[in-house]
Amino acid sequence: MSILVNKGTRVMVQGLGTEGQNQIVRSLAYETTVVAGVHPSFRGGDKFRGFPVFDTVSEAVRRRKPNCSIIFVPAPGAADAILENIDAEIPLIICITEGVPVHDMVAVRSALGQSKSRLIGPNCPGVITPAAKTRVGIMPPAVFKSGRVGVVSRSGTLVYEAVDQLTRAGLGQSTCVGVGGDPVIGTSQVEVLEMFNNDRGTDAVVLIGEIGGTAEQASAAYIKRHMKKPVVAFVAGASAPPGRRMGHAGAIIEGASGTAAAKIKALSDAGAVISRSPARIGATMLRTMREKKLVPNQHHLARDA
Amino acid sequence: MKIHEYQAKEILAQYGVPVPRGSMVTRIGDVRSAATALGGKVVVKAQIHAGGRGKGRLVDDADKTAAMYRRLESNPRKNEGAVKGDRVGGVRLANSPQRATAEARKILGRYLVTHQTGPEGKKVQRLLIEEQLAIADEYYAAILIDAALGQAVLIVSSEGGQAIEEVAAKNPKAIVRLPIDPEEGLPPYKARAFAKQVLKMPHATILQAGALFSGLYKAFVETDATMIEINPFVITAQNRIIAADAKVTFDDNADFRQPHQALRDKSEEDAMDIIAEESGIGSYIKLEGNIGCMVNGAGLAMATLDTIVQSGGAPANFLDIGTVNQVERVVEALRIINMDKDVKAILVNIFGGMARVDIIAEGVILGVKQLRLKQPIVLRLNGSNLEEGLALLDASGMEFITADDLGQAARKAVAAAAGN
Repeated sequence: MSILVNKGTRVMVQGLGTEGQNQIVRSLAYETTVVAGVHPSFRGGDKFRGFPVFDTVSEAVRRRKPNCSIIFVPAPGAADAILENIDAEIPLIICITEGVPVHDMVAVRSALGQSKSRLIGPNCPGVITPAAKTRVGIMPPAVFKSGRVGVVSRSGTLVYEAVDQLTRAGLGQSTCVGVGGDPVIGTSQVEVLEMFNNDRGTDAVVLIGEIGGTAEQASAAYIKRHMKKPVVAFVAGASAPPGRRMGHAGAIIEGASGTAAAKIKALSDAGAVISRSPARIGATMLRTMREKKLVPNQHHLARDA
Repeated sequence: MKIHEYQAKEILAQYGVPVPRGSMVTRIGDVRSAATALGGKVVVKAQIHAGGRGKGRLVDDADKTAAMYRRLESNPRKNEGAVKGDRVGGVRLANSPQRATAEARKILGRYLVTHQTGPEGKKVQRLLIEEQLAIADEYYAAILIDAALGQAVLIVSSEGGQAIEEVAAKNPKAIVRLPIDPEEGLPPYKARAFAKQVLKMPHATILQAGALFSGLYKAFVETDATMIEINPFVITAQNRIIAADAKVTFDDNADFRQPHQALRDKSEEDAMDIIAEESGIGSYIKLEGNIGCMVNGAGLAMATLDTIVQSGGAPANFLDIGTVNQVERVVEALRIINMDKDVKAILVNIFGGMARVDIIAEGVILGVKQLRLKQPIVLRLNGSNLEEGLALLDASGMEFITADDLGQAARKAVAAAAGN
């Protein structure tokens, strides 16, 4: 079991520029099912690595029946690509693109509201379910391992960091989701937590937040009221100087609620186990799962367990 | 990107937002004619990219700004007017063109320090000379994006002319929010209904209030702004609504379709920000420590700083190299880190997804050669194209300190910076 993507996921890739091509080749190598590409006026012909490439999403949908799309379209056209997917009723849209104007995302959120689609991202590393060998994203496959820990994060590279630690601790992952670092995103941390809470293949969740915004407080409220599974949380930016923007548009400390301290307190009060050090996420999860008897006590730190 | 008040007002005026008559000057010699053209009774306003100007302090040279900032931060009330001749800050009233010139002399060319400028203050290089308004009442209005809602929100308070954070703390009921459905927008009739029924604004101002809010929203959307703040908009003794101040911040991500770069005043921005931008690096922020950091991804970069601090070290900078797949950018990043003479060791922490470890490795090897880096370099590399990257490092014959994970990398960098 997993969330969002699984063995039945039929991926359509939109935007076959250099990065789109590189990344989809890696997904194919990971044995992900890629059924179509969409790239208007594609110069590489009507096929790429064995799958057909169409000018429009509606053609791809009619001919290849994808149920998930991954978007690499550059920022000026990214929202348009998302809207094209919503219009074609693609159930799951994953947008990797960085730098999408926030007003475009407001329009996208409005369109999503009355639609049959869910959006992950933008400015995110995507979603991976190791057991299904389904990688709809840009993450390095080698560090992932099939298992029962869910990972949700605003930051992409911190997904890899946390997963590397989990895998070294012998803890595989059910599904890993990067929700994206922008202020306005398609799917929130809380929604992903809820999916993990309801997923029979997930025993525990790593939640990675960062300074800025109020998403971690919303997650804390959900954990307190509904979460049945242990959550290990890390919040990046405890040492950040106040008032400065640290890369992510979302990571601006605004008022007291945006600080790492406020977020850590909210999550801790809600019952999440806090990993103060980003280097101890895996170890903290291992200890927590042992305490909850979710892994046997002799379960040891092993690189290739 | 931020712009000056006078630029914001010029833009808002195009959307039907009423603003005071006025003009921007950069030389003392132009103040008199500007004031005369406005009838003599004017406000002289320092144009800097920071709020709190009215309560700011003016300092003659850059050396004194940090001390002034500390006093302003530690006890704002006590230190108001603590320095002789600095009582009024960067916004001054003048009742004649002569007085206007005299007031302008107190501001132009000096450093204005406010609670928002940071310890370096801002040098005042432009003044806005505006007509004085007979103010009967002051309100606050802002439009920004509510991230959780995914919509624009109009925020209005009947308590204008003061810091909105203080109003929020003392009297939150005085702040009213109106979320705006992007498909409906904010047509004047809705804005009027809001002004009348929710804000209970006076009868004589409803038509103007509708035009004001509607115009602000239209400007917000069409200029790709992330924030418009009017603090205060005033109702004059003649029942006219006027935006007495204006702050506009634009979304840098929309630069490809907006002419905003022409409005940019780089002298207001952090010099290192501009260097980082020109080098094509995600972002660079100088900090106080001695461990230079190069990391991919903002989240991992923040976590790296956290780990260094928790290991007893002090990072010299935040640097998110972004999704770089060019060797030259890695060299640029190292060059920027090395500009900071306090850097005693460099920690390169790369977890490649879209970014590739082999390109980072190639860039580090080239950077060490070109820049003749002497500091010890701790490399923690993982992710995409790791084997290729490690092979390049081996073949280079150079000495690097390698680390297997984040915790080890931070500990080794702390030890290296301490000379161990």
